[in-house]
Amino acid sequence: MVDHERLRRTMMFIPGNNPAMIKDAYIYGCDSIMFDLEDSVSPFEKDAARSLVFHALTTVDYGMKEKVVRVNALDTPVGIADLEAMVRAHVDVIRLPKTEKPEDIVFCDEQVTRIEKEIGLKVGTTGLMAAIESAKGVLNAPAIAVASNRLIGIALGAEDYVTDMKTTRSPEGTELFFARSMILHAARAAGIAALDTVYSDVNNEEGFRKEVTLIKQLGFDGKSIINPRQIAPVVEIFTPTAKEIEKAQAVMAAIEEAHKKGSGVISLKGKMVDRPIVLRAERTLKLAKAAKVLK
Amino acid sequence: MESLKRIPHIEEFKDELHGIFDESRVNKSYLTRAEQETKRSKVVPSLEEAIRLSGLKDGMTISFHHHFRNGDYVVNMVMDTIARMGIKHLTLAASSLIDIHKPLIGHIRNGVVSRIETSGIRGGLGEAISHGLMETPVIFRSHGGRAAAIESGELKIDVAFLGAPSCDVFGNANGYSRDNDKGVTCGSIGYAKMDAQYADKVVIITDNIVPYPNVPFGIPENDVDYIVKVDAIGDSQGIMSGATRYTKNPKELMIAETASEVIEASGLFKEGFSIQMGSGGASLAVARFLREKMLRENIRASFALGGITGQIVELFQEGLVKKILDVQSFDLDAANSLKNNRMHQQISASYYASPNNVGSACNQLDFVILSALEVDVAFNVNVLVGSDGVIRGAIGGHQDTAAGAAISIITCPLTRGRIATVVDKVNCKVTPGSTVDVVVTDQGVAVNPSRPELRQRLIDAGIHVVDIQELRHKAERIVGHPLPIQYTDQIVGIVTYRDGSVIDLVRGVKEMDED
Amino acid sequence: MEIKKTATAGTLESSDIMVTVAPSSEKGIHIHLTSSVAMQFGPQIKEVITSCAKRLGIDDAEITAVDQGALDCVIKARTETALYRAAESTDYKWEA
Repeated sequence: MVDHERLRRTMMFIPGNNPAMIKDAYIYGCDSIMFDLEDSVSPFEKDAARSLVFHALTTVDYGMKEKVVRVNALDTPVGIADLEAMVRAHVDVIRLPKTEKPEDIVFCDEQVTRIEKEIGLKVGTTGLMAAIESAKGVLNAPAIAVASNRLIGIALGAEDYVTDMKTTRSPEGTELFFARSMILHAARAAGIAALDTVYSDVNNEEGFRKEVTLIKQLGFDGKSIINPRQIAPVVEIFTPTAKEIEKAQAVMAAIEEAHKKGSGVISLKGKMVDRPIVLRAERTLKLAKAAKVLK
Repeated sequence: MESLKRIPHIEEFKDELHGIFDESRVNKSYLTRAEQETKRSKVVPSLEEAIRLSGLKDGMTISFHHHFRNGDYVVNMVMDTIARMGIKHLTLAASSLIDIHKPLIGHIRNGVVSRIETSGIRGGLGEAISHGLMETPVIFRSHGGRAAAIESGELKIDVAFLGAPSCDVFGNANGYSRDNDKGVTCGSIGYAKMDAQYADKVVIITDNIVPYPNVPFGIPENDVDYIVKVDAIGDSQGIMSGATRYTKNPKELMIAETASEVIEASGLFKEGFSIQMGSGGASLAVARFLREKMLRENIRASFALGGITGQIVELFQEGLVKKILDVQSFDLDAANSLKNNRMHQQISASYYASPNNVGSACNQLDFVILSALEVDVAFNVNVLVGSDGVIRGAIGGHQDTAAGAAISIITCPLTRGRIATVVDKVNCKVTPGSTVDVVVTDQGVAVNPSRPELRQRLIDAGIHVVDIQELRHKAERIVGHPLPIQYTDQIVGIVTYRDGSVIDLVRGVKEMDED
Repeated sequence: MEIKKTATAGTLESSDIMVTVAPSSEKGIHIHLTSSVAMQFGPQIKEVITSCAKRLGIDDAEITAVDQGALDCVIKARTETALYRAAESTDYKWEA
């Protein structure tokens, strides 16, 4: 079944037709590897990339990393062929580009279900992820986010989105506030992950850090990245501070204490610990463990 | 003073005294400096003349340095001239040989060269030798091993032909010029210093005669016999690039970052530490990550050693490295720094790495970052022979610095294309595993079992430490199981350890059948 | 499947292999391999290429492969792509 619990701080795009990058994708510390069959592959090499990713997924040991494949849009024969191959390769998640309406997801779900049945895979094994890259998609985000039980998250694709909005990307990201907020709300309401768009200027680490700090504060679960060098800054920014960890541990200790006493009310330093505090503490500790700052 | 016999105990030192002074022994020079330069100049009209004057004969040993790397014109120019003069059966003892020296194949076939002693061979010449070009095997020595062999007389050089980017008419020579920007630049000529000092005859080949005295000099005039001025001694593009660029390869960067973390966690990363870093991708990039840590922890290195790059010079300019000991300058930034900075010192191969010399700078190293073609499960390293058995590398200072440094760190990818770097047994044992402390790959760090305390420190710092066997298994899982190399019975190379003992033999490789 | 035309897949980049499939008048799969690791992996590379062709029902073909140290999964992918292209087929049979 699809995994809603796993961390997706860094989802790294790997061009689908590049053997050197595909074979090494697991050595970097990203949470998810996103093999791309769409924009990074020329129209004449779609078949080659599909075959390459298929054989890599069925051969290379990617360890515990989540394996995602961005397929081509499903209104093309190429997209359906991508789906056929990737479900057969037992990919963890299919990332659907340019999702505009819930029907796009429903159609994809049907196709995946059909293929799962054809190959005798338990229906529902393959996860889905929707990339929202247009004004229409942003406005439909709440409906898209609940269109399939397979959905693990929705992601913003800002490059196409800003073009659709007749603007460009700025360092401050002012033009993305509405889309980011909309996607976050849609994801949170549906109980799935919210994932932010790529930052293309690999050499501008300062700008990248600023953007990651911003989207973390907004509430995103993670970010799409395009280069292994972008992993460390994201992990660093998403890692709780020592103080935050200490606080979270105190909360967990208080819970244990309350359980021991058989008390339903949890209190810490005389203050009541309510559910949001517990949830935040749990998330803090999970992030700390993932970043190996806590054992 | 009618008789020396009056001196008490004269029999004890009579050989040190050369008779009794008289006026005939005086040789007063009335020549002015200008007159000296014209009348006593060591510059001879042609290379052929210099060779003739040097007394070079069949069967002798000649030597060259490799400071011009792949831009060198000197070896081919000298060998062509020697061949024309009909001299044969020479031993060629170069500090290293590179792809540009491929024409030596012809001189070997024609019997001009019958033996080679070198630190390494890259390119077509290595391939030809691996395929049985020479009857007598090549002797491979480390830079320190070569220095020791020259000093002890085991490697006796009859005539050294040394290219120099600047030289005055009496022979003060150097790898750069403070007088002009004519000619090429190579920075340090540390390897050539040995040849100049110990060869019977020394011929300097230069394209840039500068005013006397050419100070500072790498080679002093008292070591030089003849000077030849030629139009060009090398191609500046091949000698060195403007600045060695940092790699952008994310895998190499990751390895470099891990290596810098190993240094930080080792327990020796303290004020005044010392380090050598190579010029290769990951090794070079260590400088960048180390810089951040040095700034953060406010730690400065006392010196950097070895082949010097612009990256080390940057650390030096920032005050993070206090002094540089430079045996070979890898780029123009390094060469310019050597020229302009008093604390950037040119050193000889012996000073750098001779095993006969307790004070060798390599013994003062805390860390050395080295590369490898192969590392085996006993931590032995091969930097000389490719995975196909063909000679394609150089020992360089690998053996010397691994032995001298308190912590030697090998950086290498676990696999290169379809070739495993971590293997059961290296194709050629160059540096013994007992001198290799840490192996940093993209898929984990292995620590020599002889260093349990170091291993624990790295684990405590959260570094991904694995068993070297595990790395080997992982590599084989990725690339598959290779077929063994098809060797011939011929021994084509003798690999010596730095003390001159034989550490391994290189066999010939069968030619692949075309299909 | 039947080879109808000459087709190529893959590149000359490191870790890739360029496979060219052409119709053959002779019986059997004929492979011309150039590889940087021919000595250690030549027979295995040819074996992978041959079994790919056999699996897709190709008995006769002239295959030229220029290998830059590709792993088996890459060799499979490039060979299959070249074969499908040469057969002008999109009837993909996915099998690891």
